[in-house]
Amino acid sequence: MSAVRAESETRKTVVEALWRNNPIFKQVLGICSTLAVTNLVLNTIVMCVALTFTLSLSAATVSILRKLTPRNIRMMVETLIIAFYVIIVDVVLKAYWPDMSTNLGPYVGLIITNCIVMGRCEAYGNTNPPVPAFLDGFFNALGYSFVLLIIATLRELLGMGTLLGYPMPYFSGPYWDRWIMMVMPPGAFFMLAVLTWVLRSIQLAREEKSK
Amino acid sequence: MNIAPQIWQAFVVCISAVFTQNILLSYFLGLCPFIGVSREIKSAFGLGLAVIFVMTATCMLNWLAYHYVLEPLGLEFFRFILFIIIIAAFVQFVEMVIERYSPALYQRLGVFLPLITVNCAILGASLFMLIRNYSLIVTIGYGLGSGIGWFVAIIAMAGIRQKLANDRIPQGLQGPGITLIIAGLMALAFIGFTGVLQGR
Repeated sequence: MSAVRAESETRKTVVEALWRNNPIFKQVLGICSTLAVTNLVLNTIVMCVALTFTLSLSAATVSILRKLTPRNIRMMVETLIIAFYVIIVDVVLKAYWPDMSTNLGPYVGLIITNCIVMGRCEAYGNTNPPVPAFLDGFFNALGYSFVLLIIATLRELLGMGTLLGYPMPYFSGPYWDRWIMMVMPPGAFFMLAVLTWVLRSIQLAREEKSK
Repeated sequence: MNIAPQIWQAFVVCISAVFTQNILLSYFLGLCPFIGVSREIKSAFGLGLAVIFVMTATCMLNWLAYHYVLEPLGLEFFRFILFIIIIAAFVQFVEMVIERYSPALYQRLGVFLPLITVNCAILGASLFMLIRNYSLIVTIGYGLGSGIGWFVAIIAMAGIRQKLANDRIPQGLQGPGITLIIAGLMALAFIGFTGVLQGR
């Protein structure tokens, strides 16, 4: 009985995080630090992996320590836990993939102030046991990553005619006029706006139907 | 020590941080409060002022802490934690000082100060000045310029959104969607400033 319950509970978390309450187009949190790296798909993938690692583990840690943390300093404790995992990511990246570390510049460190990490720790990790907190963090990070990957794919394809650095047929050929604006900052804003519009409209239409 | 060229460089960095390399429109930092608090000019103004002040001061403090404490000790990887602590402590300190000496100002800025601790633009500016190897004077110019740049962007956005308040916008586009499109158009306009500093 309890196993069934746990399963439906988990499913609810997944649906909430990936679709109904998606971090990007519904909560609009944490777009700051990661939008900047969506001009190349490879950078985005690395950034999303780093974010998933940080978010799921720090939510779990916050949840493990939730009974030991005094309430009035909990924000500070949460920040330090997050910073701890970000430092691990930063050091590993610097040691094994220095080129990528230079490419991402300060944005790895900025995961610390990424509002979605703090938001999930505060909203969920703080009041729930470690395993659900870990899952909530993990799936929120996935919900975040999939939207960013769509943006990155479109930006790289339309702006440079490549994917992961490989030239794509048609888009890298002479027929396609490369849309340079896409890899520049305004492209990211427009792309995210359009995506938010489309996904929210789909959501609204579905809600209408279910009524 | 030759200081005049450094001041000139600080000035150039400051101007470019406001216009050509605006921290919000070309580096996407501080977007969350930008979307959340840009509904009316009054609150945008308060938050913007607080950001200018905190950003300039924390950039300077973080520069000193990094070059005089962390580097001699070889603890560079510790910088994220130190920066965050300095920013949080500084914001707390400013809040107490303002509350004690100027209740009127506290009324206007008070609610925004805690928000600033988690504003990624503040930490971002500190990390950028580190990566670009600025000297102390240039760092102050950079912090000031980035703050002013953020201020200009959020005020402009709040003004535009007030005008839009009564317009009919498709339901899915309301709120963040339309704000992002406006931000994109603003970013496009700011790219036009690129030529200003190139001829130098």
